[in-house]
Amino acid sequence: MFKESVVMKIHYSTALGSVALVAIHIMFRLTQNFHDSLQFDNVLINYSILSYSILLESILILISIHGFNGLRIILLELNQGKIYENIVTYGCLASMIVLITYGSRTILMTSMGMI
Amino acid sequence: MAAVKSNEDNKSNFRNKTLPTVLFKIARFNPVTDLRMKFIDYKVEYENWSTVLDALLMIKHKIDPSLALRYSCRQASCGSCGMMINGKPRLACFTKINEVKSDVIRIEPMNNFPIIRDLAVDLTKMFRNHKKLKPYIIRSDSEIPDFSTSKEFLQDPDSIEQYIQFANCIKCGLCNSVCPTMATDSSFIGPQALTQAYRYVSDNRDKGKKTRLKIIDDKHGIWRCHFAGSCSKVCPKGVDPAMAIQFLRGYLLGFR
Repeated sequence: MFKESVVMKIHYSTALGSVALVAIHIMFRLTQNFHDSLQFDNVLINYSILSYSILLESILILISIHGFNGLRIILLELNQGKIYENIVTYGCLASMIVLITYGSRTILMTSMGMI
Repeated sequence: MAAVKSNEDNKSNFRNKTLPTVLFKIARFNPVTDLRMKFIDYKVEYENWSTVLDALLMIKHKIDPSLALRYSCRQASCGSCGMMINGKPRLACFTKINEVKSDVIRIEPMNNFPIIRDLAVDLTKMFRNHKKLKPYIIRSDSEIPDFSTSKEFLQDPDSIEQYIQFANCIKCGLCNSVCPTMATDSSFIGPQALTQAYRYVSDNRDKGKKTRLKIIDDKHGIWRCHFAGSCSKVCPKGVDPAMAIQFLRGYLLGFR
């Protein structure tokens, strides 16, 4: 599908992107004390801010891509074989898409006030 | 006459000298008949200058001729006698018994290679991977196309510096035997072959960079290296495969 070097460039860049965005996310937590930031209502308020929703969506996408590619690499090293490798590659890709879709659904529904 | 007598006394003292002994615990395994590896003990005398290979050959010639091992040059040039010596992959001919600093020396075949018998392992896969990386200068022209237009591909000392340490590889397989990725990923191309890929990619006479980078840019290619660095630590010729692999990654990521 892709050359491995392209996949690894995506892997490294998603890691760097995640670190940067999660750092911003953590800094937002410092605007109120930690206990309050985990209150249900306060969490919902985060989603009502468009820029913050975009930040959370980006974190979801970057970490999912990085994480599932990492899982694919670990599984490819554990065992070899054409069928196994195809199952692992397409399985990780499908799982990643499902997770991003489900997470995006949650973010969208919350930001639109459906929850 | 006195001088002759003194010389004979010296010889006599030399013969009567008590030599230190060391206990060799050698792994024995025949994949055809044995289910598991067993260790057999051999006690041998050694001199200051004795190498592990000397002791193994002494055992083979005088104690147990059935011991199987591979060796050739006895001077760390051929890369035949790689084995695990007290848990570390080393060349038997390049390891003095004194250096091991132990009264018991445990000898096992190299890890990550199928065992043919006892200490002899099958290096076929390593050589296949080495060959796959096209370990030769790739060019469309030749240094000697015909006698009338013969020419030479010149290189300055700086260009040689780029690859010369990687050209010291003797294909002993010690780097592959200690590689943690090779232990789990049987399709991994291995540090030996990757180092040789870099050796030719960095040679300014070579024009096969794209071909080689395409071969190593695979699911089980260069990206599976975890940069443990064990390969560089065990190389008896001072080659640094871990560095070669990082340089190759630099080419693939566009930094070089």
